Amino acid sequence: MQPDRLETPITAGDATDAHDVGGYLFAAEHVGKSFGAVKAVIDASLRLTAGEAHALVGENGAGKSTLVKMLAGVHEPDTGRLYLEGSAVQLSSPAIARDAGIAVIYQEPTLFPDLDVAENVFMGRMPKRSGGRVDRPLMLDQVNAVMNRLGVRLDPNRLTRGLSIADQQIIEIAKALTLDAKVIVMDEPTAALSSAEVARLFTVIETLRAEGAAVVFISHRLDEVFATCQQVTVMRDGRSVLTSPAAELTSDQLVRTMVGRDIEKRQAVQGVGSGDVVLNVDRLTREGKFVDISFEVRAGEIVGLAGLVGAGRTEIAQSIFGIDRYDAGSVTVSGAPLKKGSPTAAMAAGIGLVPEDRRQHGLVMDESIERNIVLASLKRVRSHGLIATTLSRDFATKWSERLQIKFNRLADPVSTLSGGNQQKVVLAKWLSRQPALLIVDEPTRGIDVGTKSEVHGLIQNLAADGVAVLVISSELPEVLLLADRILVIREGRLVHEFTNAQATEEAVIAAAAGVVAEVAA
Amino acid sequence: MSATKAPELVTHSAPAARQHRVAETISRFRPAVIALLILLIFGGTTIKNSSFDGLSNIQAILSISAVYLLLSVGETMVIVTRNVDLSVGSTLGLSAFAVGEIYNHDPHMTMVVILLAGIGIGAFCGAIIGLITTVARVPSLVVTLAALYIIRGLDNIVGSGVQIEPSVIPHSLVSLGYSTVIGIPWLFVLVVVVALAAGFWMRSFPAGRELYAIGSDPEAAVLAGIPVARRVFTVFVISGALAGLGGVIFLAQQATVDSTAGTGYELVIVTAVVVGGVAIFGGSGSVIGAVLGALLLQVINQALVAAQISAFWDSAIAGAMLLAAISFDRLISFRASRALVATEGVSYVE
Repeated sequence: MQPDRLETPITAGDATDAHDVGGYLFAAEHVGKSFGAVKAVIDASLRLTAGEAHALVGENGAGKSTLVKMLAGVHEPDTGRLYLEGSAVQLSSPAIARDAGIAVIYQEPTLFPDLDVAENVFMGRMPKRSGGRVDRPLMLDQVNAVMNRLGVRLDPNRLTRGLSIADQQIIEIAKALTLDAKVIVMDEPTAALSSAEVARLFTVIETLRAEGAAVVFISHRLDEVFATCQQVTVMRDGRSVLTSPAAELTSDQLVRTMVGRDIEKRQAVQGVGSGDVVLNVDRLTREGKFVDISFEVRAGEIVGLAGLVGAGRTEIAQSIFGIDRYDAGSVTVSGAPLKKGSPTAAMAAGIGLVPEDRRQHGLVMDESIERNIVLASLKRVRSHGLIATTLSRDFATKWSERLQIKFNRLADPVSTLSGGNQQKVVLAKWLSRQPALLIVDEPTRGIDVGTKSEVHGLIQNLAADGVAVLVISSELPEVLLLADRILVIREGRLVHEFTNAQATEEAVIAAAAGVVAEVAA
Repeated sequence: MSATKAPELVTHSAPAARQHRVAETISRFRPAVIALLILLIFGGTTIKNSSFDGLSNIQAILSISAVYLLLSVGETMVIVTRNVDLSVGSTLGLSAFAVGEIYNHDPHMTMVVILLAGIGIGAFCGAIIGLITTVARVPSLVVTLAALYIIRGLDNIVGSGVQIEPSVIPHSLVSLGYSTVIGIPWLFVLVVVVALAAGFWMRSFPAGRELYAIGSDPEAAVLAGIPVARRVFTVFVISGALAGLGGVIFLAQQATVDSTAGTGYELVIVTAVVVGGVAIFGGSGSVIGAVLGALLLQVINQALVAAQISAFWDSAIAGAMLLAAISFDRLISFRASRALVATEGVSYVE
């Protein structure tokens, strides 16, 4: 290992290693990586053939992200080797990995808000004119070409500050496309995209394959995996446990391999909704966001809000909870009008909100698991006006057991938990207040399959205990599984209501995209 | 997919996005606004105060500002990368004193050696600060605060009881401090050239753009393959070198120096840079804006002197301008976050 890592060239390995990886465009052979005592990846192998889309699946914490970071040059493997076109390579920095033809689209967009779209696409590898200046015309041409290919209108001169998550993701994809990369890794690229954008992305993946690139596709949405990928590699507990052609696997087999155990399929809960009205929303309007939204949620009922990303579902929830104000209409909780624009009043009225973005809004990431759980219930762990350590510990222990949160110590920062367990902490925080109404925005975004069904179970049990639940989800199977009634929001309007019995995936999609809007109206 | 009709992009709530654009435009024209303020204050003072002779005062202000402008160029580069350099005043003092000492030993030393010595001392201080910041990963606020005291201490040790007398400073250097080119102080021309070069580099060269990327999101900069450590090291060396050059200019203008030279400059410089529109947490701002900010503070200072207003008001006004500048930037980012909500109303409709 040379001291100046940034300058280390890609070193060709000895030819004797090459025989077993010769046919592959890229191969990671038995790689392992530890961080201190934590073994993030123990023994993983990933072999990519030119022209294939290769799914990398596994529960959160299985080691996918660490493996991806080894491909990206962010981490170097402690054990095992990487091969590019049959020769061993040392990817000791992101720049080296990129120059070797490996592009990574990260789950969280890594953009520079103060720079414009074109600069973001080319940052770190800007084309130069003679004299060393940035060749801006060339950058603009290439960005426009890529945007056309993606079918997106995005001004390359616009600052990226203020762009939606979907647009940010588009820029990440544009980065990879302008690289002409041989290996393109997409870490949950579809999480923030609308269905039209996802469709386009899949077209782009097809094109990339046709051009001879290998695409590594990481997703929790298994239907996307089967729709896009020819090969699947499953990771579990830091090891690659299965690589198989996608066509030879069923969805159930795949899930079983990921979790290493069988998941019981739940049946959609039918016909409740005879309880008292807990939440009544009447002609709620917020300028530019949503118009004339009226619905109610009864005790013991789960109501789902479906719709495309950006349709206004989250905004409706935030207005009910008092984070945002609304311009007209009213919200009534258990018969009493709710003061607008006051989360404190909403909490006092018995509303809990599990937000869409748990890292930013749901948790204090650097604080301990215990502190996060008791955060909304500080009054209950007080003694003589001070927070009592024992009360707080007991409280957190009780709720973490009840939600089966997996952790080392209660004092560990919540940031050390997997996404699924973090979400359970957010749920524990609100459930411990025993709310009359719980609003859950994207309850299982970025959560692994095993924990996902646990979260679903929690929500269903909650309803069975008489809590009114409002679920917002972009994953239709989830809405169909959970909700007794489904309200479809399109462009800020409530366009259709389905009962669980009426709802099919096709019907809800059609309503959300506006195909049956006239019929519904 | 050729059969698929291109989806149409629909944007809701254009007003918020437009507000965002307005705010963005204002911040883009910030240098012009500051330039206008400079002209207004200067013009107003000239008209109201008959003893305030326009032309010679312009010369005086440009001359006095030269050092501040020079330091604000280096400080801009540092702040754009989400760092800060509080050591510039002390470094300037050390350089001025060291160069004076060279003259004490040999009054006939050539100008080239003097300039190289001043710049070299500054660059050396900057290199050490840059190394500690990038290798040991200590926040630059702490490193340069420590450097401020350590280098000032060196000034005191080296300079205890020693006074560089005007008599040892050769005429060639002193005349450099006061000679003019078509009526403009030569030093000011030099500083403007440095500022334009730095501004051009930051605006149009890949490495310059990478400084903005580093300040905008340091972690993303690493992922983009930017040699973050090397770039940050470089800007500290440049900032130190410019402070060293500032020391030579200081000596040329004052013709004398003691161990307190340059005390307190760092805060004036940081204030000027922020007033000039460079975001204190990095990522945006221009050298031109920063230089104009420095000039604005000097013009206000001179206007108060001309109006015979207490020097207290000078600091108070500088503070008020700093607050106004930062509040304005906060307002912009608030607008931007509102526009974020607005652009999330964008959806595709088949």
